[in-house]
Amino acid sequence: MDFFTNKLFLIALTFIVFVLAQQLQRATGVKLLNPILVSIVVLICILMSAGVDYSTYKESGDYIDFWLKPAVVALGVPLYKQLGAIRKQMLPLLVAEMAGCVAGVISVVLAARFLGASQEVIMSLAPKAVTTPIAMEVSNSIGGIPALTAAVVVCTGIFGGMAGFRIIRLGRVNSPIAKGLSMGTAAHAMGTSAAMELSERYGAFSSLGLTINGLLTAILAPLILHLIGYTI
Amino acid sequence: MNMIFQCGVLFAFLALGEFTVWLTGISVPSSIIGMLLLTLALQLKVVKLRHVEKTADFLVHNLGFFFVPAGVGLMSCLGLIAREWMPIAGATVVSTTVILVVTGHVHQFMRRSIRQRHRHDNAGANQPTKIAD
Repeated sequence: MDFFTNKLFLIALTFIVFVLAQQLQRATGVKLLNPILVSIVVLICILMSAGVDYSTYKESGDYIDFWLKPAVVALGVPLYKQLGAIRKQMLPLLVAEMAGCVAGVISVVLAARFLGASQEVIMSLAPKAVTTPIAMEVSNSIGGIPALTAAVVVCTGIFGGMAGFRIIRLGRVNSPIAKGLSMGTAAHAMGTSAAMELSERYGAFSSLGLTINGLLTAILAPLILHLIGYTI
Repeated sequence: MNMIFQCGVLFAFLALGEFTVWLTGISVPSSIIGMLLLTLALQLKVVKLRHVEKTADFLVHNLGFFFVPAGVGLMSCLGLIAREWMPIAGATVVSTTVILVVTGHVHQFMRRSIRQRHRHDNAGANQPTKIAD
């Protein structure tokens, strides 16, 4: 099936699979059927059964992948809209985010090392709490595998979105702002969408958490890894 | 503002980010620097919200789609995942739990201690005004 390697066909296929996956989730309402995750799995199955290798698909995928960069720049707009809220509680927010970022990177690295992960995998896991475009850029710059990072970010989001509020309750975090902030810090956009379902206030602080932790991780992750003894 | 203009603004800030990286050699992604510069420009009213809002909303709300191809890249490291799925899954669950609890508690603690200091300051309101730090 030579047509399967056609560049534009593969781009169209990616769009179609994603739209169908979105409709599947809307129809079923099952959180685990995350459209991103479903699309990735379905596309891999199609490509493998059609005998198309990743390097061929990547030539098409790069046209879509390219838009990640301007999309991250566009995150400046929600960030600007939240500047007022940020300024009002600058200190608690920054300290909490700093703690979350450092604790997140160190805990994932130590846990992975303890469970016997290789260096490549550890580096891929280090930025897993933040939104994918940022995580992938960080992963790339510290010697991880961006594709693996992307997958782990999605899995983190699914886990955080589904179990996050339960963990927060068990961990005795009570204030609504702290709850929202934690969701965004630990589980990026998918944690935020779970928080948004609860209330707008949770959602607003969750998106703040994902933005600040994304930034902090981008800036601090290489430094933290260096401090705990990794050479990048 | 039309789409082309708005895209132009976003790409201009991306290019500014690239320029900053090129100039300073720092290891922060150019897109992150572009995002911060855009926020700054919006705050300084150099760029108005209507210059970027529509296209930015479109990109932000469809962020997920743009990383599907990267996720498909997983098929190039299936062997690695088969070998190391345990540390990958274990570390993810442990670390996500740690972040949720640590972030929440530090925020609650900070708010509480700031509020207490306020109460303390108010109690001494009759004294000559202190300059807040």
